[in-house]
Amino acid sequence: MKLKRFIPLMAVLALVVGLLAGCGSGSSSGKSLKVIKIATQTPLSGGSATLGNAIKLGAQLSVQDYKAKFAKLGYKVVLAPYDDMADPKKGVSNAQDIASDNSILGIVGHLNSGVAIPSSSVYEQNHIAMVSPANTAVELTERGLKSVNRICARDDFQGPAGANYAVKTLKAKKIFIIQDKTAYGSGLASAFRDEAKKLGAKIVGYEGITVGEKDFSGVISQAAATKPDLLYFGGVYAEGGLIIKQARQQGMNMPIMGGDGLDSSSTVSIAGPAVKNVYFSTVVGDVTKTEAGRKFAADYKKQFGKDIEGYSAYGYDCGGVLQQAILNAIKKNGGKLPTRANVETAVRDIHNYDGLATKVDFDNKGDNKYAKIYIYKFDKASYPATEMTEIQKTK
Amino acid sequence: MLQHIIQLLPQVLVDGITLGFVYAVVAIGYTMVYGILELINFAHGDIFMTGAFIGSGFLFLFISLGLMSSLPALLVFLIVIILSAMITGGMGVAIERVAYRPLRKRNAPKLIALITSIGISFILEDLVRFIAEWKTGNYIVTAPSLFNHTFTIDIHSIMPFFNNAKFQSSFIVVLVVTIIMLIGLDLFVNKTKWGMAMRAVAQDRETASLMTINVNRVISVTFFVGSALGGATGVLFMLQYGTIDPYIGFILGIKAFTAAVLGGIGNIRGAMFGGLMLGLIEMFAAANLSTLTGGLFGSEYKDVFAFIILILVLIFKPEGLFGKATIEKV
Repeated sequence: MKLKRFIPLMAVLALVVGLLAGCGSGSSSGKSLKVIKIATQTPLSGGSATLGNAIKLGAQLSVQDYKAKFAKLGYKVVLAPYDDMADPKKGVSNAQDIASDNSILGIVGHLNSGVAIPSSSVYEQNHIAMVSPANTAVELTERGLKSVNRICARDDFQGPAGANYAVKTLKAKKIFIIQDKTAYGSGLASAFRDEAKKLGAKIVGYEGITVGEKDFSGVISQAAATKPDLLYFGGVYAEGGLIIKQARQQGMNMPIMGGDGLDSSSTVSIAGPAVKNVYFSTVVGDVTKTEAGRKFAADYKKQFGKDIEGYSAYGYDCGGVLQQAILNAIKKNGGKLPTRANVETAVRDIHNYDGLATKVDFDNKGDNKYAKIYIYKFDKASYPATEMTEIQKTK
Repeated sequence: MLQHIIQLLPQVLVDGITLGFVYAVVAIGYTMVYGILELINFAHGDIFMTGAFIGSGFLFLFISLGLMSSLPALLVFLIVIILSAMITGGMGVAIERVAYRPLRKRNAPKLIALITSIGISFILEDLVRFIAEWKTGNYIVTAPSLFNHTFTIDIHSIMPFFNNAKFQSSFIVVLVVTIIMLIGLDLFVNKTKWGMAMRAVAQDRETASLMTINVNRVISVTFFVGSALGGATGVLFMLQYGTIDPYIGFILGIKAFTAAVLGGIGNIRGAMFGGLMLGLIEMFAAANLSTLTGGLFGSEYKDVFAFIILILVLIFKPEGLFGKATIEKV
C-alpha cells in the first residue's frame, strides 16, 4: 500500500529534479551574448507539414550562417518555431503568444495565405516584422500593412505569366480552360484567360468541375471535340492529375498547363506516364541550378538528413532578410538592442539583398520587386519537373 | 448545335454507362437496406470507399509479394475483388450488429438510426484516412493499373456524323462485372429461399417472424450482400479511375442514393435503372450543357441539371419510376 504511493512520489520528484537540472544548464550557457529571437510560423503537423518544416529548417540554417555576424556585435539569434497547423485560429493565437514574448523581433512565415492574413493583423498591432516565403494571395499586401513583406510572387501575376508562356512560347492559338470553382482555381484560370485573350489566343471553352469527383470524362470529351492546342487547368493536383490522365486517354496529346497547384509529386503519381508534356507555373524556382544553391542543398542534407523542398531556400532567404534587417537596425541604433518598430522599418528598407533563391527588394506594399514566376515542364513521369524559364514582372 | 451533340454521343454513352453502372450497384445497397429497415444507411457510401482502399491494399500486397508478374491480371483482379467484397460484407454485418441492432431492440426512433449511420460514415472516412496516411504518407492513393489498354470504337467510318469513342479495357471489366453482379442479385432475391425471406421481411417484419423467419439473420444477410456489392464496386471504381481518397464515398453515396430514390427506393430493379439513368444524364450534361445553353451554363452545372430532372420525375411520380405507391397502415 505504502509502496504504491511511494512510486508516483518518486516519479514526480525525479521529474522536478530533471526540470531544474534542465533549466540550470540552459541558463548557464547563455554567457554574455544578448539573445534575440526570431520566430517561424508554419504548419509543422498535418497535411502540409513537409512544406512547413522545409521553411523552418531553411530559416534555421540561415540563423547558423548569421551566427558569427551577430556574435561580433554581442548578440545571439535563437529560432523559435511555432506550429500554425495551417489553421487561421491557431495562427492568430500563436501570433498573440509571439507578441507577448518581447525578445522576438521578427517572423518567418506563413505557408498558407488564409493563416497569414488574420495573423498579420496581430503582427501589425505589435510592430513585428513578418517576411513571408510562400504567401501568394493578392490581399495580403494590398491592405497596406507596414509589417507585412513577402519575397515570393503574387497570384495575380501567375495566371498572366502562364498565359504569356502558353501563347508566346508554346504558340497556343486555341485554348480550352477547365477550373475547379474554388477561389484559387477560378481566380488563376480567369487571370490566365484574360491575358491569353489579350495576347490573341482563342478561348474555345471555359468549364468548371467539382472538387472531390473522379470522373471528368464529360468535360474532357467536350474539350476533345474542340481540338485545342493547349488545355489549361486552374486547380490542384488531386483533380489536375486525373484530368491529365483522362485527357490523354481520350487521345488529347497537346500540352496541358496549370498553376502551382500541380507542383507536387502527387501529380506524377496520379497521372502516371500521362504527365509528360505538362507545364505548370509556380513561384518557387529551382535553386540547385547555381553553385551556391547546390552547396545549400548539401548543407541542408548534412544537417537535417533530408533533401531540400521547393520552399527550403525561401525559408532560408526570409531568415536572411530578417537577420540582415536586424543587423542594420542594431548598427543604426549604435549597437543597442533595436525595438520592434526599428526592425519593422529596417525590413522594409532592405535593398538589393542577394538571396539564394531570389533577389529581394521590397516596394512600399511589401512585395518583392524581383519576385519571379517560374515555368516548369514534366519531361518524364518523375518529380521534380524541369525548369523551363523564369518570367519577371515588368512594371 | 445538334450536330455537335450527336458527334459527342458515342463517347458520352461509353462514359455515362461506366458511371451509371457504378451508381447502380451502390444504389442497390441503399435500396435493399431501406426496403427492409426503412433506414437510410448513409454509411454505405463509405463502405464503397473502404472497398476501394482494401482492394488497392491487396494489389499493393500482391505486387510486393511479386505475384503480379506470375499471375494473369484478370485472375489477380478476381482474387482482389472477391476478397474485398467478403471483407466489406463482413464490415456491413458488423456495423449493423454494433450500431443499428441495439437501437432497433430498444425501439429507438428511425431518426436516431439515421444519425448513427452518419456517425459511422465519419468514423470510416477518418479511419481509412488515418491508415492510408500512416502506410503511404498521403491519403490520396493511386492504385496500380491492371487494365489500361485503350480501345477506339471506329464508329466514325461507319456513321460519319459520330465522332470516335475511346475507352480503356477497364471499362469492359467494369461493365461485365457489374452486369454479373446485378443479374446475380436479381436471381438471388427472386429465386432463392433467402431472397424470399428478405422480401417477406421487407413486406411485414412481424408477420415474417411468425412464419419462422429469423428476422435478425435476414437483416444480417441483407447488410452482407449490400456491403459486399458496395465494396466490390469500390474495387471497380479504383480500377477505372485509378485514384482514390477517403472522401469519394460522400459525393458518390449521395448520387447513388438519389438514383435509388429516382428508381423508387426499396425497389432493386428501380435502383439499377435509376443509377444508369443518372450516370447518363450527368455525363450528357457535362459534355453538352454549355452547347445547349450557348455558353451561359458550363458543365459545372451538370448536377443541377441532373437534379432538376430528378425533381421533375418525383413531382409527377413521387414514388419513383419503379416504386409502388403504398398505403400507410394505421
